[in-house]
Amino acid sequence: MGGSRRIPVEEIRHIAELAHIELTKEEEIVFTEQFNRILEYFSMIDEADTENVPLTYHVLDLVNVYREDEVHESMKRDEPLRNASKKEGRFFKSPRIV
Amino acid sequence: MKGMEGDVKIGLEVHVQMTSLKTKLFCGCSSDYRGKEPNTLVCPVCLGLPGSLPVLNKKAVEYAVMAALALNCEISDRMLFFRKNYFYPDLPKNFQITQYDRAGGVPLARNGYLYLDFEGRRRKIRISRIHLEEDPGRLVHLGSIDRSPYTLVDYNRSGVALLEIVTKPDIRSPREARIFLQKLRSILEHLGIFDGGLEGAMRCDANISIAGGTRVEVKNISSFKEVERALSFEITRQRGLLEKGIMVKRETRHWDEARRVTVSLRTKETEQDYRYFPELDLVPVELKEEFIEKVKAEMPELPDKRVERFISQYGLPRYDASVLVSSKALADFFEEAVRLYNKPKEISNWMMSDLLRYLYENNLELHESKITPAKLVEMIKLIDEGVISGKIAKRILPKIIVTGKSPSEIVREEGMVKISDLEFLENLITRIFAENPKAVNDALINEKAAHYLVGQLMKATEGKADPVLSSQLIMKRLEKLRRERGIK
Ligand SMILES: [Zn+2]
Repeated sequence: MGGSRRIPVEEIRHIAELAHIELTKEEEIVFTEQFNRILEYFSMIDEADTENVPLTYHVLDLVNVYREDEVHESMKRDEPLRNASKKEGRFFKSPRIV
Repeated sequence: MKGMEGDVKIGLEVHVQMTSLKTKLFCGCSSDYRGKEPNTLVCPVCLGLPGSLPVLNKKAVEYAVMAALALNCEISDRMLFFRKNYFYPDLPKNFQITQYDRAGGVPLARNGYLYLDFEGRRRKIRISRIHLEEDPGRLVHLGSIDRSPYTLVDYNRSGVALLEIVTKPDIRSPREARIFLQKLRSILEHLGIFDGGLEGAMRCDANISIAGGTRVEVKNISSFKEVERALSFEITRQRGLLEKGIMVKRETRHWDEARRVTVSLRTKETEQDYRYFPELDLVPVELKEEFIEKVKAEMPELPDKRVERFISQYGLPRYDASVLVSSKALADFFEEAVRLYNKPKEISNWMMSDLLRYLYENNLELHESKITPAKLVEMIKLIDEGVISGKIAKRILPKIIVTGKSPSEIVREEGMVKISDLEFLENLITRIFAENPKAVNDALINEKAAHYLVGQLMKATEGKADPVLSSQLIMKRLEKLRRERGIK
């Protein structure tokens, strides 16, 4: 815990790849710098004593929010595709993925 | 090589749609998407539009708990949803809402099992975990997946409730994998949460390794019919490599149903990095004791119990009972037929032999055939009333299965009524005796040789002669000859 582990530029490249984003060499340096600055804030949190605190996965004090299995009207016929930049017939169109 | 398949380990990851739900997992869009116009059953939630919020379908949780209980799992008292991040056009949000069993994630259920009665042995297949998650959308390619110029996307299926059921690598052969999926299907159908007859309602991925070697994952197996083919191919491929002294590569392969081969997906390792984190748009779900007890109390009869009941109530052999119960549709068919005509053994025999054989040979499921319990019963009654012989029934059954016509209609149309016209049969016997003097002589001294003559009579009438009457008439005629010739 604590201390400042720095993320190397390789990690930035990996994350960019996962996000399907192309970065220039300059951008890689900028992002590495920014990521590490963000993580420094977290290292401050790391200093807090959490010895006997249970894991928090949710900040709301709510559980079991359900809806019944009843059909509600979906969007009107032409609405779903209205803002799609690329479509064909009633389909969304995307680049080939394999 | 050691015992043919003793060194094979198979684990399955099965995705099952809870098809009895009316709506999707996190929104009120209808989940009845099959055959619907693309992108008509969608809303901001299942299209992943900004600002939309998922709300969990209560019935989906009940059904999932039911499935987990039926598979003897430990159910978590509190479960969480996670985001599984990856970029693929079938996921409009760029993540799938699912569950996770690491890093503090808690799936619906863990540590279950089910028993398979397979090749005379009882086998235990352990279940590692059951997840609740959403189905992605449907991708449509023009031509083959690797040549299509672009991908078309229909989100009608996006958000449909799925159960992901993961087994330990306890399965030992492709055939056993198929039996496992059949049993799983039968259990889920008995629970009333699933209809396996719907296309794509049960899909699976498989992990296979041979002799403790490298594990290969095979994706895109679309049904329990395909699982046996895909795994057999993969085992043959791996054995071929091992025999040549080539290492099996750890990889993910895709089952190409049309070509019946597995092909390497050449995916980059990075694509396996899903960056799971908690889905904060959904609150935790507490599965309280009372809730689970209530679900338990409402559970219908499960296949293992039904097999025992078929044995005790109808007096069926264990093997027959388990074959009938291997599919809910088959078991329901049987019970409906027995309700119409209380002859369980006859009904079971016709189903076990001719009906199932026909379906198997033609790769049909019961619901794809046109036979009904009433029609099968009508056919058995025609035999019992002496209108047709069993032999004729064997010829009628496939016609009922294919055309759905009533047995009496087929009998009438094809002139298959059993011949019990005395004069006609007597004349025919005279002819057959004249044509087969040697067989007649044999039959005079050896009763058993008379079977040949009965066979000739059946042949001459294309199986339509009343078998009991024919045999009686032939015996009588032989007796008369014996007296005439002084043979004792
Ligand atoms: Zn929706």
